[in-house]
Amino acid sequence: MKKTFTMLAAAAIAATTAAPALADLVVPNLSYRTGPFAAGGIPYADGFNDYFTLLNERDGGIGGEKVVVPECETAYNTEKGVECYEATKGQGALVYNPLSTGITYQLIPKVSADGIPLYTPGYGRTSAANGKIFQWVFNYPANYWDGASVAVKHLLDQNGGNLEGKKIALLYHNSAYGKEPIRTLQELSKKHGFTLSEIPIDSPGQEQKSQWLQVRRDKPDYVLFWGWGVMNSVAVQEAANIRFPMENFIGIWWSGSENDVLPAGDGANGYKALTFNGVGGDYPVYADLKKYVFDAGKASGAGDQSGSVIYSRGMYAAVIISEAIRKAQELAGTPKVNAAQVRDGFEALEITDARLEELGLKGFGQAFAASCGDHGGAGGAMVQQWDAAAKKWNLISGFIEPDHEVLDPLVAEDSAAFAAENNIAERCN
Amino acid sequence: MPDQLLYAIEVSLNGLMAGIMYSLVALGFVLIFKASGIFNYAQGVLALFAALTLVGLQQGQIPFSHVINAIFGTDLHSFGWTLPSVVAIALTALVMVGMAWLIERLVLKHLVNQEPIILFMATIGLAYFLEGLGDVMWGADIKKLDVGLPQGINETIDAVTFNAFGYGFFIDNLDIIAAFVAAALVLSLTLFSQYTKYGRALRAVADDHQAALSVGISLRFIWVLVWSIAGFVALVAGIMWGSKSGVQFSLSLIALKALPVLMLGGFTSIPGAIVGGLIIGMGEKLFEFFAGPLIGGATENWFAYVLALLFLVFRPQGLFGEKIIERV
Repeated sequence: MKKTFTMLAAAAIAATTAAPALADLVVPNLSYRTGPFAAGGIPYADGFNDYFTLLNERDGGIGGEKVVVPECETAYNTEKGVECYEATKGQGALVYNPLSTGITYQLIPKVSADGIPLYTPGYGRTSAANGKIFQWVFNYPANYWDGASVAVKHLLDQNGGNLEGKKIALLYHNSAYGKEPIRTLQELSKKHGFTLSEIPIDSPGQEQKSQWLQVRRDKPDYVLFWGWGVMNSVAVQEAANIRFPMENFIGIWWSGSENDVLPAGDGANGYKALTFNGVGGDYPVYADLKKYVFDAGKASGAGDQSGSVIYSRGMYAAVIISEAIRKAQELAGTPKVNAAQVRDGFEALEITDARLEELGLKGFGQAFAASCGDHGGAGGAMVQQWDAAAKKWNLISGFIEPDHEVLDPLVAEDSAAFAAENNIAERCN
Repeated sequence: MPDQLLYAIEVSLNGLMAGIMYSLVALGFVLIFKASGIFNYAQGVLALFAALTLVGLQQGQIPFSHVINAIFGTDLHSFGWTLPSVVAIALTALVMVGMAWLIERLVLKHLVNQEPIILFMATIGLAYFLEGLGDVMWGADIKKLDVGLPQGINETIDAVTFNAFGYGFFIDNLDIIAAFVAAALVLSLTLFSQYTKYGRALRAVADDHQAALSVGISLRFIWVLVWSIAGFVALVAGIMWGSKSGVQFSLSLIALKALPVLMLGGFTSIPGAIVGGLIIGMGEKLFEFFAGPLIGGATENWFAYVLALLFLVFRPQGLFGEKIIERV
């Protein structure tokens, strides 16, 4: 009996710590399925896992190599995120995507030292778009500064190209993430003549009365919003409570999921958010996911997130990573690529409209081509608007290009400061 | 009246209303601490669990459906019914009583006569267990809680203040309801503890465990009773906060809002929880209004603790707490 128990225990330990076979492509998923931000972390992790499952089941992996996705729980906690990185990097990790700006900031020096690419689509350190300084970090297809610029461009469109004299309030998560767009918006306010007020909200943001009373008093023409987790749904509810015109309330892409608007019911109708990927489940890739993943009982988690905004974004991250691995295999001439070769794949990656169509994602994302100096992509984003009656997001614009004239010098300045602090020589020259 | 003064009055009123919401959470802590000397770390999670259960029952969700589906390959999610709010609230209250019974049987019974720190540690474990149980039972997605409570600006107050001052005050209907609910809760708890047999037994245990045991009061029953009441208070807090933000796992963090209230009002006083909530709510909102713009804003989370600590300098036991004198 004792021997059987010992054998069972040994088997259990072996099963939980088993490293992937050497030939596998290892893409760790630093996810958060617990804690206050789980409602966003779960669909993202599910979308991420399910796409790799689809590739394994339908195509036999990437280039004939199976992809394994060891998952590690960060609970959106920076320390735990770093622990997850340390715990999984020895398994032959090819790339990390931690879905946390805080974790990203901690991992940038680590991945640079360890030689593992860090992919942070739509989050993380914005100036990492400058590949001349950030060799190991990639944040295409869009970053926060792109988002801020696209939001202002959308407002310019709404106002006949003139925002002179308008008042715009930025309501933001009081963290590295929420503070990212401030510098850009300050520059844009100088360029376009609008007044910018900055209103921070402490995490988690369940109580926002003071902030919304300030909005009610100041009467800004528009509110831009950088929130996450419960902060989003409370903000939408409070905006509805003070009867702020919802069509003038615009969230970044992390403040534009179904979770953020459903609790406010009809009050959320008309709320807008940016998105750098398509919405809804009408893309052909979802038919494949249904056939090979959901109907086969291989879906990640509860299997009830397909087609939601955050699920689609997690899936899109997996799409880009798999394309980068494919590119790396092509460049290296072998399907068994290592982290450094995958970095090369990221840097040489080109996503075209034709390729998106082949992937069953026609129009889902914006075409872009990375290069040694450009790790940030085109930066375009669309505007989606919530229809409370139909309970769905509708795209109300195509991809809007950010204002590179303003953004490029900011990226250069911030990355130069990082290079000076860390003694990094500019490359790609 | 100058605009700044009007705004300050509006902020104060909203602060008082927010304070009531904090008090609803603090009450649960006070009840358990008063009766058993346990600082119940799990009170915030109890509110989350109660709210999850309420929504689940109301919407006819099958508990543990994810687990059932994973094991048996089924596709079960809902019983196909929706329950009226009153029925769902009553059933949830029963679940909370069952939970109190289980907590007594499985946790507290085994820790009688242990140091308070051991009991406190046990409630930390309980908090994490309940959070996981809630996740497995009802799922981690955000749920809309609708028990028919009105939300949004109170039109009457808006109109009256606009006619009087030329500026309409914003007071949320949900906050007004919360104030009435808190008043009813405090009144009921006071009547219960003063005029019922079990209420008196509860007070006796709170005063002296040994003396209460010597006159035949069952400590275990009292613990079940007080955890049941705290579970009901958690349900009320869960309904109010869940109506505001939807039911999601961050709901358990409302406990952080109750801590400064407890520090200020005292851990053993029900009126202290209310008065403490009002002072914290108004204090943090006024500080944010006046000082926030000068020092970058987002002051409320930390200022609530600063305010509570300031009070503690002068009254270490809190405003209404009992002064503990230990003679050697």
